[in-house]
Amino acid sequence: MNALQPAGSGAQFHSIDGVYNFAYLDEQTKRMIRRALLKAVAIPGYQVPFGGREMPVAYGWGTGGMQVTASILGLDDVLKVIDQGADDTTNAVSIRRFFNRTAGVPVTEATTEATVIQTRHRIPEKTLREDQIIVYQVPMPEPLRKLEPRETETRKMHAFAEYGLMQVKLYEDISRYGEITTTYDYPVEVNARYMMAPSPIPKFDNPKMHAMPALQLFGAGREKRIYAIPPYTKVRSLDFNDYPFEPQQFDAPCALCDAKGVFLDEVILDDKGDHMFVCSDSDHCRDRRAEGHMGPRAREAAEKGYGADQ
Amino acid sequence: MYVATKGGDAAIENSHALIAEERRGDTAVPELEAAQIREQLGGAVDRVMTEGSLYDPDLAALAIKQAQGDLVEAIFLLRAFRTTLPRFGASAPIDTAAMTIRRRISAAFKDLPGGQVLGPTYDYTHRLLDFTLAARGETPPVAPEDDATDAAMPRVADILGHEGLIEPETPPPGPEQPYDLTREPMQFPASRDQRLQNLFRGDEGFLLALGYSTQRGYGRNHPFAGEIRMGTVQVEFTPEELGFPIALGEIEVTECQMVNQFKGAKGIAPQFTRGYGLAFGQAERKTMGMALVDRALRADELAEDRLHPPQDEEFVLSHSDNVEAAGFVSHLKLPHYVDFQSELVMLRSMRASAEATQKEAAE
Repeated sequence: MNALQPAGSGAQFHSIDGVYNFAYLDEQTKRMIRRALLKAVAIPGYQVPFGGREMPVAYGWGTGGMQVTASILGLDDVLKVIDQGADDTTNAVSIRRFFNRTAGVPVTEATTEATVIQTRHRIPEKTLREDQIIVYQVPMPEPLRKLEPRETETRKMHAFAEYGLMQVKLYEDISRYGEITTTYDYPVEVNARYMMAPSPIPKFDNPKMHAMPALQLFGAGREKRIYAIPPYTKVRSLDFNDYPFEPQQFDAPCALCDAKGVFLDEVILDDKGDHMFVCSDSDHCRDRRAEGHMGPRAREAAEKGYGADQ
Repeated sequence: MYVATKGGDAAIENSHALIAEERRGDTAVPELEAAQIREQLGGAVDRVMTEGSLYDPDLAALAIKQAQGDLVEAIFLLRAFRTTLPRFGASAPIDTAAMTIRRRISAAFKDLPGGQVLGPTYDYTHRLLDFTLAARGETPPVAPEDDATDAAMPRVADILGHEGLIEPETPPPGPEQPYDLTREPMQFPASRDQRLQNLFRGDEGFLLALGYSTQRGYGRNHPFAGEIRMGTVQVEFTPEELGFPIALGEIEVTECQMVNQFKGAKGIAPQFTRGYGLAFGQAERKTMGMALVDRALRADELAEDRLHPPQDEEFVLSHSDNVEAAGFVSHLKLPHYVDFQSELVMLRSMRASAEATQKEAAE
C-alpha cells in the first residue's frame, strides 16, 4: 500500500527487547482476532465475542482498538492515532509510541497518508478512502446497555431485532424535552438489520459512517467484542419521520482556519468566560492554515503582529 | 505551532522519570530487593499471584516493587505479562485431599481425623502494634516442629459425603477440558468452572464485601466454615507425547469448603450444600469470601429466590475483575472534550428554549 519503510530497520522487523512479537500480540492471537473480524465484516453491526487479551495499557484506554490494530497492521502500513480528533492528546501519543516501538511501522499525523487510523471519539473531517481502515476504540459496544443491563437479554433483543425499547427512549426524550437528547454514541442501524453503538463519537460524525469507502472496525477490549461496517454500507441514525435525525451545528467557523461544517472544540481563554471555537480535527485545521485560510482569531493575531497559534 | 505532539511525548517521558524517582524514595534508605518482598511480604505476593492468575512469587514480588506496593497495579502488571505466555495445556486437577498440610481447621466438628492444625495464622494474635519490629534485627523464635501434619487428613466434605448429608461434588456434564477464561470471553449463563475461574481472579475486597452482605441478609445461605486447609499440592501434567502424568512442581494453596444449610426443594432432598473457594498461597479472607459468593450464585440451581446482588451472576461476574474495573473507572481521566462539547451544545439549546417558554408564560 505504501512504500514507506519501518523506521530504523530494513523491511524485516526485529522484535522489541527480543521478547515481544511484531505489534505485541502473538500470531495465534492475531489469527483469532482476524477470524472475529471476518465474521464481523460478514454480519455488519453484529457484536462478535472474542477472546480479548490483557494489553499492557489499562482497560478503557483503547485495548480493544489496539488489539484490532495489532492484528491488521503489516510492515507496509502507515499508522495514525487520534483521540478527540487530535494527534497530540496524551493517550493518542502513547498508543502511537506503542506501535512505533512494538511494530516499527511509520506513523503519521496526516489523514491522507495513513493506511490505518485508530481513533477515539472522532471520525476525521477528510473523507476516507477505500485503501484506508479506521479502527474505533469502543468503551460500551452494546447500544442497549443503558436501557437493559443484562447481556442475556440484550443478545435476545438483537437476535429478534427487537429494538422497541430504544425507540421508546427516543420518543420519551422528544415528549419531555422536545428533542432527542443523545448527543454522542448516538445509536445507528447498520445495513437495515443490527442496532449498533457508533462508539462515543459526536452525532455530528454519524453521517460520515454511511456508505463510507473505508472499512470501519470496532474493538471493545474490556467487553471483549468486535464489530464492523464494510465499505459502502447503509448506516442510518435512528429517528422518526416527523423528528428527523439532526447532527450538531456550530454558528461560528473555526477561529484559526475559518472552517465551517466541521466539529469544533470550545477553548476557554480566560476566567471571564471568553472563549473561541477551534477545529477538533487538528490535522484538518493545520492543513487549512497551511493553505492560507485564516479564522477571525488568527486574522486578529496576524494584524496585531504576533503568531496565530496562541 | 503543532509542537504539541512533541510536548505530549516529553510529558510522558518526564512522568515516567518522576515515578521512577518516587518509587526509589530517599536514596539514603537502602533499596528494597524483590527477594525481600517475596520472603517478607508474602500476603501481598499471594494476593498478586492469585488475582494476577500466575503462580510465580518472584515475578509477583517484582510487580509489587515496580508498582510501589499498589497491589491492583501489580496485579495488572502480572496479568499483562501472563497474557503473552504460550499455553501448553491444562494440568490434571490438583488433589487437595493429598495436600501437605500447614493449616487445617473445621468450624463444623470439634475433632476429626487428622485433627485441627492451627498453623500460621493472625487469628489469635492481639492486634497490637509490635514496636520491637520497628527496631531492626528481628530474630524470629524457633518454630515448633510439627509432626501432626503427617497424619491422613480427609476433607470434611468427604466425611459428610459418606452419609449422603452433603451434595456430592461431581464434574458437570460437558467437555472434559475446562473453560479457559483467559482465552474465551465471558458467557452467560456461566458454567461453574467459568464462574470459579472468574471468582479466583476476582478482587478480594469485592468478594469479601459481597460475601459479608450474604451474612447480613442479602441472599442469606447459612454457612459454616466446614473446612479451611492450607498447604502445598503437587501439579501434574500429561504431555501428549508421553501419555502419563508428570509432576511439574508444588504450589501452595488455600482451600475453603463452606457447608451451607439447605432445606431441600422440589426434587432435591434436604442436605448440606457447598460453596467453594480457592486461592494461591495463604489467602483465607479471599477464599471465604469466594466460597460465600459461589454458594449465593447457585440460587437458580437450588431453586432459591434470586433477590440480591450476590445471587445475580451477571452483576457479580461482570464486575469482579479489578483490572477491568480499575481500567474503566480510570479511563474517566482521559479527555472527553468532544462528548462534553456535544453536551454543552445540547444544554445551551435546552436552556434557551426553556427561557423562551418562561418568557412567553410571563407575557
